[in-house]
Amino acid sequence: MTLKLTTLALGAALAAGPALADLVFPSLDYRTGPYAANGIPVADAYADYFTMLNARDGGIGGVMTRVLPCETAYNTEKGVECYEATKSEGALVYQPYSTGITYQLIPKATADDIPIHSMGYGRTSAANGKVFSHVFNYPANYWDGASVAVKYMLNEEGGSLEGKKIALIYHNSAFGKEPIRTLEELSKKHGFELSLLPVDHPGQEQKSQWLQIRRDKPDYVVMWGWGVMNQVAIQEAANIRFPMDKFIGVWWSGSENDVLPVGENADGYKALALTAPGDEFGVYEDLKKYVYDEGKAAGNGDQMGTVLYNRGLYAAMLAAEAARTAQEIHGTADITSGMMRDGMEALEITEERLAELGFANFAPGFKVTCENHGGNGMGAVQQWDASAQKWTLITDFIESDSDVIQPLIAEDSAAYAAENNIEEGCN
Amino acid sequence: MIYREAGDFSTTYPQDSQTFPIKFDRYRYYVVLAFAFLVVPFLINDYWANAILLPFLIYAIAAIGLNILTGYCGQVSLGTGGFMAVGAYACYKLMTAFPDVSMFIHVILAGFITAAVGVVFGLPSLRIKGFYLAVATLAAQFFLVWLFNRVSWFYNYSASGQINAPERDTFGILITGPNATAWATYLFCLIFCTASAIIARNLTRGTLGRSWMAIRDMDIAAEIIGVNPLKAKLTAFAVSSFFVGISGALFFAIYLGAVEVGEVFGITKSFLVLFMVIIGGLGSVFGSFAGAAFLVLLPVALKVVGADMLGWPTDIVAHFQLVIVGALIIFFLIVEPHGLAQLWRLAKEKLRLWPFPH
Repeated sequence: MTLKLTTLALGAALAAGPALADLVFPSLDYRTGPYAANGIPVADAYADYFTMLNARDGGIGGVMTRVLPCETAYNTEKGVECYEATKSEGALVYQPYSTGITYQLIPKATADDIPIHSMGYGRTSAANGKVFSHVFNYPANYWDGASVAVKYMLNEEGGSLEGKKIALIYHNSAFGKEPIRTLEELSKKHGFELSLLPVDHPGQEQKSQWLQIRRDKPDYVVMWGWGVMNQVAIQEAANIRFPMDKFIGVWWSGSENDVLPVGENADGYKALALTAPGDEFGVYEDLKKYVYDEGKAAGNGDQMGTVLYNRGLYAAMLAAEAARTAQEIHGTADITSGMMRDGMEALEITEERLAELGFANFAPGFKVTCENHGGNGMGAVQQWDASAQKWTLITDFIESDSDVIQPLIAEDSAAYAAENNIEEGCN
Repeated sequence: MIYREAGDFSTTYPQDSQTFPIKFDRYRYYVVLAFAFLVVPFLINDYWANAILLPFLIYAIAAIGLNILTGYCGQVSLGTGGFMAVGAYACYKLMTAFPDVSMFIHVILAGFITAAVGVVFGLPSLRIKGFYLAVATLAAQFFLVWLFNRVSWFYNYSASGQINAPERDTFGILITGPNATAWATYLFCLIFCTASAIIARNLTRGTLGRSWMAIRDMDIAAEIIGVNPLKAKLTAFAVSSFFVGISGALFFAIYLGAVEVGEVFGITKSFLVLFMVIIGGLGSVFGSFAGAAFLVLLPVALKVVGADMLGWPTDIVAHFQLVIVGALIIFFLIVEPHGLAQLWRLAKEKLRLWPFPH
């Protein structure tokens, strides 16, 4: 068996036929529940990209890929069930798209030697690879997001936020609370006043929070929302006539699903972005040829080019690239989850490689190291144009303020290490 | 034929009042216990433990707790999720404050702390009844969740407001944390579950249980014949919360390992446990187990059949799950309003007459 696989790996370039084993990428997705509208495009893209790789390249390095979907409904108990059900099938990497489930899986997956990629969510301090050996949150994390948003506002206000009022409206969960610590530090540094407005799950009831915003008249409102909470917040902001261009969502609060229900009133709403929006990228030609036209698209096949579909594609591409890196490092095509972890840690995404893969100008390049699992920490700002029904990037990718974030990451990961008796790695 | 009392003579009072008066039942009970304690730990793997058996055992404890309050004492409670949260946070604070103490002690102490909190929230039951009490306990639910979200002392000032169970052991065997083995966590929960069931069974048929049932059936009449409603109601709240607290502690420390109070111990959890009690059977320890099994196992079984065996899309299966579980709940409530426990009782009656029903 091993011999056959090695032969197969050597002839990887020729391998068009069926592989002996497959690379399993579990997809803990949610197509039901209050977060379904946001979960569907991500899940569709993840499945479509691997379908495309199988059809176009015969998988990764000659080994076919298999996406293993499991419905979590954004519920941690179901997430645990999904993890246990899929891990025995040889799962290579978990991407749960839920901060709650990520927290659940961090210790479990580390013990089982399976990496987690929480792209732009999860536990921020996992960027410290010395403590979190199996958790990766490249290319950017929540604290980067908070810092990028503040930098953008600084720029808008001509370099000073002194005396300004910024309100954070957030999902009252681990996800929404993540940026608070950074924003508090930044408010000390830049002298703005921060007010906190929690919204309870699932977020349909926000009248009192927006009443408070109307009373306090903050200069900016920053939102950390997900699912149905986003559209309700944008609607409420429109109702109190809060200026939309002063309302900035994190990258989880800036998809078509969030602004379309509000119609014209959502015009000018801003959100952070990890990737460029739209479908004008080379990869879409291949997707069309090998997936959509073949009728193999996942779900209803109507999510292409949306912000979250692109994010799912990006996540799938990064996973595939990490798998390829792992194959190169270990010289075998049939990698295990432990090898996958090494691949993720050695991942380097350059602009050239992105262009080669059909992702030119899609996102900035970055490099992962043993110490830094967090990537470059860059995000851009995008704005919604309601009449054209399109998101457009209005800034370049902005670098986060690592002077503020690095000490916080070190502090939080040290607390985790102390609590769980973890020795620092990477020596 | 095999299931009958003929030839099984009680010669002492304890024999006469035992839980399983029929020999076949008694042996079945011993076989089930022996299987659960001696066979399952050797067969169990991570999937069976974390996806099926742990939630079943833990929900069964919670259902026993709520059954004491609602089924035996007639006090409707919608605060189960909140009380489970008290157990979980108490356990977390104890685990992090006293790392060297055995988990057994932490879980039991968490139960006692929850009992104390339960008594406080049970005080209004002396004045208000029925639906109004349900609303009062609902207030407890929301208040407790808000409290654990709001006061950062409860989650040791962590940035995310989550609590994570560090590795702890009992008698040198790891019980919590990612490296705990499936059999250890299973056995730990099984011991608590068995003990809870035995304690609950014996409490409910003693003086205390009789006073609860008297209050349930007619509180004024109970007061006239000398049952102290203050004592009866508050002990029901205390005992019930004790079990619910233990289940919350296990739910957090053993099963999930990381908990976010709003999501895990929200109002949906209160309803889930209440449904377990209603479907399983009010006022029955067996019913608590049956209800927990029904609501834990059925979704998993439907998922395995739909998604893994038939290969349907996962979202269709998830939607079907809601439809089927909902339809079955309505079906059971119409056909057998006294729950699965009553079906079991009827089946036993029929079995005793079989094969010569008259």
